[in-house]
Amino acid sequence: MRAPPMTTTPAIAHRLSELDVLESEAIHIIREVVAEFERPVLMFSGGKDSVVVLHLAAKAFWPGRIPFSLLHVDTGHNFPEVLEFRDKTVAAHGVRLTVAKVEEYIADGRLAERADGTRNPLQTLPLLDAIAAGRHDAVFGGARRDEDKARAKERILSLRDEFGQWDPRNQRPELWNLYNGRHTVGQHVRAFPISNWTELNVWRYIERENIELPSLYYAHKREVYRRDNMWRAVGPVSPARADETIELRTVRYRTVGDMSCTGAVDSAAVSVSDVVREVGVSTITERGATRADDRISEAAMEDRKKEGYF
Amino acid sequence: MTLIIDTQDLATEAAVAAPEGTLFRFATAGSVDDGKSTLVGRLLHDSKAILADQLEAVTRTSTERGFGGESGGIDFALLTDGLRAEREQGITIDVAYRYFATPARSFILADCPGHVQYTRNMVTGATTADAVIMLIDARKGVLEQTRRHLSVVALLRVPHVIVAVNKIDLLDYNEAAYREVEASVRLITAELGIAEVLVIPVSALVGDNVVDRSERTPWYAGPSLLELLETLTVIDDLDERGQATEAFRLPVQLVLRPQGAVVVTPDLAETFRDYRAYAGQVASGSIKVGDTVSVEPGGGTSTVTGIDFAGVALDEAFAPQSVALRLADDLDIARGAVIAARGTLPPVTRTLQADLFWLDPRPLAPGARILVKFGTTVVQALVSEVTGRLDLTTLGVEPATSLAVNDIGQASIRLSRDLPVERYVENRRSGAFLVIHPQDGATLAAGIVTAPGEPTRAGDGSGAGSDVSP
Repeated sequence: MRAPPMTTTPAIAHRLSELDVLESEAIHIIREVVAEFERPVLMFSGGKDSVVVLHLAAKAFWPGRIPFSLLHVDTGHNFPEVLEFRDKTVAAHGVRLTVAKVEEYIADGRLAERADGTRNPLQTLPLLDAIAAGRHDAVFGGARRDEDKARAKERILSLRDEFGQWDPRNQRPELWNLYNGRHTVGQHVRAFPISNWTELNVWRYIERENIELPSLYYAHKREVYRRDNMWRAVGPVSPARADETIELRTVRYRTVGDMSCTGAVDSAAVSVSDVVREVGVSTITERGATRADDRISEAAMEDRKKEGYF
Repeated sequence: MTLIIDTQDLATEAAVAAPEGTLFRFATAGSVDDGKSTLVGRLLHDSKAILADQLEAVTRTSTERGFGGESGGIDFALLTDGLRAEREQGITIDVAYRYFATPARSFILADCPGHVQYTRNMVTGATTADAVIMLIDARKGVLEQTRRHLSVVALLRVPHVIVAVNKIDLLDYNEAAYREVEASVRLITAELGIAEVLVIPVSALVGDNVVDRSERTPWYAGPSLLELLETLTVIDDLDERGQATEAFRLPVQLVLRPQGAVVVTPDLAETFRDYRAYAGQVASGSIKVGDTVSVEPGGGTSTVTGIDFAGVALDEAFAPQSVALRLADDLDIARGAVIAARGTLPPVTRTLQADLFWLDPRPLAPGARILVKFGTTVVQALVSEVTGRLDLTTLGVEPATSLAVNDIGQASIRLSRDLPVERYVENRRSGAFLVIHPQDGATLAAGIVTAPGEPTRAGDGSGAGSDVSP
């Protein structure tokens, strides 16, 4: 079993940059999933990560159209400008979008509003129903491993059972770049093509590829109040309490999700290059700065994922 | 595993955004308690990759669990042990990926588990690594798990092997004690055929030789761990002549044939009506427009007329680019085919000898029906014989008739159809395969080809013509 000696060669040139390598890795993953699965779908919220995955999918199949549809779970608490951007982008790519609405589930009693008002955990049931209704055997997502400790553990192709559950203790080994998409009836796979990208990679790619994003990713004036150590937007679903002071501040969003649990950060970054600079020197992680729901416990994300969340 | 650091200076000293550079992937390995998580914590901390809120969360949990307290001690394992079960049991179960950058390059770190029962997850981390850092406790020397991981690293031909002899502070920076461990490491790596191994005395706890060279090891003249990581070559780098080191291979993922359903502007639609290209990621080597290629299955040859990257026409493509190739001839090419530089493909065969890293709790017995996945092709196969198993004590092969989980063994495999099988030592991409359970789809083993069987047809490199029937 003795292996012959290995030879190492000195570095001469790196022909591909970090972004080039990550881009090709993502395109390879997207193509593998499309080739091996019957009915893939892409989770698309209009947030920067899903916009980047959509852009990569368009590149993967050029000059053909993107060969799968999109799915959004609308909590009913989304920022209006993001929904508008979502619909515009979907139209520009000529793809079909299905919207699963948390509000409908609340209206007919299948889901109950939580005491804390956040609807992020409520997305799981409509998501699983939509996956079943669309008979989707593969679901693309824009999740990245640098976002959270639990995400850092997940495979690029992550097998879920018929309840959408992730079993972190028993993950399939993922070897070389050989992805195994085999699954049994009822199971599906979540596929994360930009697993290995960092927040900074995403922004540099957006800059390099000149990708359009919802306006709230850039600095703008907004009425906000301070809660849980972050700036929350004043809105119909997120009013300030009597003891909270409303201020007009220049802010931007680092992540875009539910208005009731996503916070803004003070920022003067009005352009992509400003944001790249800002992200490069940030001392706080993006979810730590902006997501109230991940502060519930050290394992908040893992617990949600085990139940079928992304 | 308590690392003493000053938490006050962190939040203000953010990492400065590095210019866009190269990406380097490395994995940590070694036995449990050799200090892997502490080393990872030290590396991330000293390269300013731990952000303030992460440090705050880890500090809070550390204090709750009685670590450090007022002394400011932090259990850095909490940074990478992200699962509930891992934190509860204080062990690493699965690979955690961490990302950090220095002004020199960006890193993807796969922090692998040390326990024997999670060796499969260590294999996962090692298959994509440009380098593996093997941790050894200087007081304990080489353990069985060290041998197991070094065997994995040697067989997988991880390009760079670094052995960090840790806890050197507990040996009072004694050179003789270090040299003894180093000598035993070099003995084993030589035995395993690892040509070049870089051994470094470190203390993850205190930080000696991790980011900065230590003054407490004046007898060690080499670079620090981070300095090494910043300068080692990446898998897909070129050789000294500026050439790719392996022959061109592109496993075809799918055929791009939009037949009019194109995204280009209407005036160009007609141009793309007959567009047909073979999409895939270059697994090895490089190809230029005008080059002649061979295709398996089928054994046809053609000329590359175009290389497309999402609307950009390239003159040349190389690993690991995801491209689409256009060919001059209308060959019957579908997913699973391999496009290769002409004259470089081995003859097709239906049998092979392989080393298997058995990863499933269900043992392997001869006669087992399996699926194997090479590149983008999946074929039915049969394990005709298990011929041996690696003995981790002697590092020799002992006779065996079955393989259990975490065994590294040898087997003969029969394929249901002809494949151009290559030895892993000649091509790290096309010589690697997955063993898949035909019913439930589980990944049973990582396989590497040690010897292709008898050719069923001449290869394109044999000069005998490429379209001879079997």
